[in-house]
Amino acid sequence: MASATSSEPVHHIALTLSDQLPALQVLIPFVAAPLMVFIGVRSLAWPIAFLASLASLVISVLLLQRVIGGSEISYHMGGWAPPLGIEYRVDAANAFVLLLISAISSVVLAYARGSLKAEVPEKNHTLFYALYLLCLTGLLGVVITGDAFNVFVFLEISSLSTYVLIAQGSYRDKRALTASYNYLIMGTIGATFFVIGIGFLYMATGTLNMADLAERISEQRDSRTIRAAFAFIVVGIGLKAAIYPLHLWLPNAYTYAPSPVSAFLAGTATKMAIYVLLRFMFTVFQPEFLADIKILEAVIIPFALIAMFAASISAFYQRDIKRMLAHSSVAQLGYMLLGIGFFSHTGLTATIIHLFNHGITKAALFMGAGCFVFAVGATSYEKLKGLGKTMPWTSAAMVIGGMSLVGIPGTAGFVSKWVLVQAAFENGWWGFAFLIVLSSIIAVAYVWRMIETLYLSAPTEGVTAKEAPLSMLIPLCLMALSTIYFGFATDITLSASKAAASGLLSGSSGLH
Amino acid sequence: MFEEMTVEFILGHLNYWFFILLMMTGLYVVIAKGNLVKKIVGLNIFQTSVFMLYISTGKVEGGTAPIFPMDMKIDPEMIYSNPLPHVLILTAIVVGIATTSLGLALIIRIREEYHTIEEHEIAEQETKISLAELNGDQLISGGNS
Repeated sequence: MASATSSEPVHHIALTLSDQLPALQVLIPFVAAPLMVFIGVRSLAWPIAFLASLASLVISVLLLQRVIGGSEISYHMGGWAPPLGIEYRVDAANAFVLLLISAISSVVLAYARGSLKAEVPEKNHTLFYALYLLCLTGLLGVVITGDAFNVFVFLEISSLSTYVLIAQGSYRDKRALTASYNYLIMGTIGATFFVIGIGFLYMATGTLNMADLAERISEQRDSRTIRAAFAFIVVGIGLKAAIYPLHLWLPNAYTYAPSPVSAFLAGTATKMAIYVLLRFMFTVFQPEFLADIKILEAVIIPFALIAMFAASISAFYQRDIKRMLAHSSVAQLGYMLLGIGFFSHTGLTATIIHLFNHGITKAALFMGAGCFVFAVGATSYEKLKGLGKTMPWTSAAMVIGGMSLVGIPGTAGFVSKWVLVQAAFENGWWGFAFLIVLSSIIAVAYVWRMIETLYLSAPTEGVTAKEAPLSMLIPLCLMALSTIYFGFATDITLSASKAAASGLLSGSSGLH
Repeated sequence: MFEEMTVEFILGHLNYWFFILLMMTGLYVVIAKGNLVKKIVGLNIFQTSVFMLYISTGKVEGGTAPIFPMDMKIDPEMIYSNPLPHVLILTAIVVGIATTSLGLALIIRIREEYHTIEEHEIAEQETKISLAELNGDQLISGGNS
């Protein structure tokens, strides 16, 4: 039934709790979200959300432990066997992304309690946390499911809640509303393109199960329907992943969203989309198909390179720290795409490890930006001048995050760039290795601008700042320190990424 | 590819032509219209075209509605249409309604804040805000951008 895997998928029908982990992963936040609205007690909303997110984190750790050796868990929703029933399939690739999403969600939730009070009125808090959990449900669901149409449903659950969460920023700046509206239009077009692609696949193959699709697509690889389906899916997911020319919604959405939302989305949403892209490219369509249609040389690599440079340069010219971080996100997505473009095991490892490392780095940086919002109510460089003295902890965390963004040795960002450069050497593409380093120098420039503002400029008159409260500082420092931790303890992330890359390539014969 | 374009090919794929027509109409409206409500209307047409695409593919020639008779005596000669695309589209319709209502709710909030729902007027106001921020910065720092 499945494409060739290193071990036989385990089928779960028994009703022990540990066998239900894949379902619980999605169900716990999904049930907790309406629960807190029904309870209706504002003081209980945050604890429920935090507990649900922690439970997801524990489950994702347990799932990763089970599959990191290369095995797979196949969970049949409602006991209906695939390909007719909906299957949840966990392998190293999605277990790793599940861990990233639920970990960032938990840390950001701990942080959100303090940050939200400064940015969103109290009466919205219960609904805010409910939507936050729904967004988490959607992200986890997209990643865990093995059913192509199910991906669309979860994608829309996460997107719809994201639009509302971004619009909550309107209490600080009304431009959040138009940012959310534009994202709604583009996100819906993207999701609809994705559905068209799935529809074509269904027409050509008569199935929606990913493993089943993979088998039938490889039989009729030359069909025009299949190729059209691939194009629609890549463009649709590309919109969600903010691949370079499709990234226009991202800067405004990240800039004007409430800080916890920016941190959560920057760490998870685009990473989820990159994962879906990987899953469709390598598991559903298979590497041989990618080689046939030459998409990597023609589309992925050129746009990855443009993203690395154009978005980095525009990040340098921003005058607002959140907007700078948003543009740098687009640039960093370029590295992940470049890893896909290298079309090798090392390249995919680089993509997946950068997905994780950049997720925690960006979450830390946006959380730091949120601390500035809390302290001075703004994120423009003008208001942040000289805050290194009055807000030492936040500024230090920002510097650590910035160093990881550049890829200074000893930070998580270095590890992923190192693997990426290795992949370039492996292919003998020396020029690409040079371009990766060159674009990192632009990153030095925009990170230096931030450091200069924080430490070397005289404070703007009339701006008084106090360090953010501990409830925000502790999660922020935890996230910043984890970027250092994963810069040294590389065996965890590297082995997970390698296992994930092997899992993605397991169906093919041509690549190792 | 054009040698396939015979009359039978064109007529035989009528549902696809309508799908393409509706889809392009919808996309055009989303892109070309400046009124936020009209954009949502365009988005709806675009989504509906996809619903039509799915549903039309579920049709089997001579097939009837896939409902079993009450006595469960199923005639093996009977041809049924494929119900799965319909089920999928039921889900997609729900998603579409949620998107539309959320979009309209956002437009209400935008109108409250900007007092307009025309894209170019909103853009003008936003440019003014950004310029004010920029000038405020320059007054203090005296620097350039």
